[in-house]
Amino acid sequence: MSIRGKAYIVGSYEHPDRVIPDKSVSQIHAEVCRGALIDAGLSFSDVDGLFYTGQLNMGGTALSDYLGLTNVQYLDTTMTGGSSPVFQIGHAAAAIAMGKCKIALVSLAARPKSERPVRGAPNPEASFEQVFGTNTISMYALAAQRHMYEFGTTSEQLAWVKVAASQHAQYNPHALLQKVVTVEDVLNSRLLADPLHLLDTCVVTDSGGAVVVASPEIARDLKRTNCKILGQSEAPKHQNNGKIDLTYTGARWSGPRAFAEAGVTPRDVDYASIYDSFTITVVETLEDLGFCEKGRGGPFVADGGLLAKGGRLPVNTDGGGLCNNHPGMGGMMKVLEAVRQMEGRAHPELQVQDCQIALVHGTGGSLGTRMGSSTLILGQEDA
Amino acid sequence: MADVVSPNGHPTPVPTVQPEVKPFWDGTAEGKLLLPKCTGCESLIWFPRPFCPACGSLDVEWIEASGQGTIYSYTVNRRGAGDLPEYKDPVPYVLAYVELAEGPRIMTNIVDCDVESVRIGQAVSLVFHDTGQGTALPRFRPA
Ligand SMILES: [Zn+2]
Repeated sequence: MSIRGKAYIVGSYEHPDRVIPDKSVSQIHAEVCRGALIDAGLSFSDVDGLFYTGQLNMGGTALSDYLGLTNVQYLDTTMTGGSSPVFQIGHAAAAIAMGKCKIALVSLAARPKSERPVRGAPNPEASFEQVFGTNTISMYALAAQRHMYEFGTTSEQLAWVKVAASQHAQYNPHALLQKVVTVEDVLNSRLLADPLHLLDTCVVTDSGGAVVVASPEIARDLKRTNCKILGQSEAPKHQNNGKIDLTYTGARWSGPRAFAEAGVTPRDVDYASIYDSFTITVVETLEDLGFCEKGRGGPFVADGGLLAKGGRLPVNTDGGGLCNNHPGMGGMMKVLEAVRQMEGRAHPELQVQDCQIALVHGTGGSLGTRMGSSTLILGQEDA
Repeated sequence: MADVVSPNGHPTPVPTVQPEVKPFWDGTAEGKLLLPKCTGCESLIWFPRPFCPACGSLDVEWIEASGQGTIYSYTVNRRGAGDLPEYKDPVPYVLAYVELAEGPRIMTNIVDCDVESVRIGQAVSLVFHDTGQGTALPRFRPA
């Protein structure tokens, strides 16, 4: 049993705005869902599966209500932070493969730039962590520091991840940051939590995005270029009862399983969207997915390694979370750029020629400590 | 046993004490870092809970850690905006994972040192900062 070839991405849409002070998250959901359905050539009444990520209470039912969906027979509100939509594409494919639904809408919307997210009561472990002054960047900084210690990774190498993202973002008119930066710019930006600088961190935006996942029969009838879903796997990683290891991620487990299901290897991947909450996130993930040896992520990303032109692997050609769009949770944006590359709709300067296989990897939570990892592999229709 | 001292300027939020880990927090007020140990498979458990992630047992005893350890990783948080409001004051502080001599790697702060001098592998020893509410936060300083 496998999802390989059992479902297709048949429509996608990214909200053009990055600062949205005058619309609710529900309205942003509505706009991106509408955009994705129009792109697919489908309508709201066709939707029978809903996969929701965002900031609403009882979000799946609330969004179903706002959109007026009356045919939903499969509802998923998986929450693994920013990686949630990358989990959900796999879940949608599995649901479709099982015949639970035929046309699934996967939607993300959030506006952390305009509205500070409301958090629920802290979990029991918070008493052993938050009291010491944790915040998101410091959790990633702890991982970066240990990675540097064990493998000799340098701040210059991390900076190259941002440089490549900025080189790509200059071609994206919607990107929050469109200015090209240099390694020196990153190293000279303010040190926030050693060894991470201001420019090692992602942007914060208000935005959203949606994709439509459909059965092979629906996809065929739509007469458009669709992405075949070849494989997906996921894994939580956590503190492992005090035996924490910050140098690797859940991609170590999700990656090989997704490759096996897809029947491809890292060498077959033409384009990759790699979750880039921070520069270190990309370095550890590339290693764990097998694009280079463990510990060699620094040299892999250095010297333009991630550039669409002349790089070792074209990564995040939309400018990524580091420059383009990261509404607190960026997994959907990772899917959207991979779909553009597969459909030949990336910016002409950055379009990967003959893009046959794309990989998407989502990372949510804290790097190496308590996180959700999901790897998704897409292929052309004849893959 | 370790000293329980005034936090001396370090933000010291009062932890939420979940009922099942009250023995841990009662220990901190007396200068003891108590680790749950599974009475079935003898695993040490971190973070504290009366449940063994190694074997699923609910039966634990509390053993006192030596208070010695080494730094597994650290960061100097210079932005000073932690998740809790007590950390909005922008004084750089060291957040770290310390590997206890007994094995578990635990989140903590490194205190009583120049923040620029902290290194991975450095030997540290336990000190408790009193919250004034019947609990104390286990922190570490250079040994
Ligand atoms: Zn046990």
